[in-house]
Amino acid sequence: MAGLLGRKKGMTQIFDAEGRALGVTLIEVGPCVVLQKKTIKKDGYQSIQLGFGARKKINKPLAGHLKGQKSYFLREFKLDNMDSLEVGSELKVDLFKVGEKVAVRGISIGKGTQGTVRRWHFNRGPMSHGSKCHRLPGSIGAGTTPGRVFKGLHMAGRMGNKKITVKNLKVVAVDADKNLLILKGAVPGKDGSLLEIRSIS
Amino acid sequence: MSNIVEEIEKKHMKENPPKFNVGDTVKVFSKVKEGEKERLQGFEGIVIGMNGGGVSKTFTVRKLVQGVGVERIFLIHSPRVDSVKVLKKGKPRRAKLYYLRGRIGTLATKVEEATETIAKK
Repeated sequence: MAGLLGRKKGMTQIFDAEGRALGVTLIEVGPCVVLQKKTIKKDGYQSIQLGFGARKKINKPLAGHLKGQKSYFLREFKLDNMDSLEVGSELKVDLFKVGEKVAVRGISIGKGTQGTVRRWHFNRGPMSHGSKCHRLPGSIGAGTTPGRVFKGLHMAGRMGNKKITVKNLKVVAVDADKNLLILKGAVPGKDGSLLEIRSIS
Repeated sequence: MSNIVEEIEKKHMKENPPKFNVGDTVKVFSKVKEGEKERLQGFEGIVIGMNGGGVSKTFTVRKLVQGVGVERIFLIHSPRVDSVKVLKKGKPRRAKLYYLRGRIGTLATKVEEATETIAKK
């Protein structure tokens, strides 16, 4: 399994070899630096900590952990060749192959407070004929029994700004020189947001 | 938009996109694959509008087939659109000629004269 960190660059439309138009997302992926190797002996599980991106100010505890590397965003991945990777080695976008399916995780665009119609796809009430129940949520439960509202009931509230995963996005193109990954379809978040990309195998 | 998006879009755009205007009577030659063979298929009609910009720019061609209106939307930069031949120049007074949809017979094919006769009335 391959996994890397990236940044969303934007969406556009391109044509494939057969002339079909595809809606694609461009992602700047890597280069990611291996910052730490977690082992079963020491940490109880095996994984690789990757760093990506840079920030002007890095506080002292983080600077000590980075040991001179400029990376700022850190995430853990479980990769194929974890044993052969050394701390400090760089991983590039060519870990992914054209035609492969990937899952992309990121933070979705925040929509603010939204009603039940937009947030949970509730049906709207009649807009006329004396109806005043246009976009109301309707009943939220029975009366004396159970005498309370069930937990987790769909209601109005904050929508978006959540970590979500979009699975089965096809890799259309990989450009290792420009650190560019082109995926068919949409990914979470606005342009410039941090993304975790993992291959599905 | 970031530079990398523009760069990728430029790669997929035609260097010399076909030149025509709204209101022109055109013949669009598009590549059609039949099994192994590839041939050109023509679609003749009036350009009644253009939509979008950049790599995703489209145009709509309308024609009448046995009295029934048929519209087809083409992507200008699509590699499947081989060429566009302008048969007759139009003189439209608006960017979208959707008013042609309500017309039948010869009126539906005359972009400039039709607008003038209506203005006279």
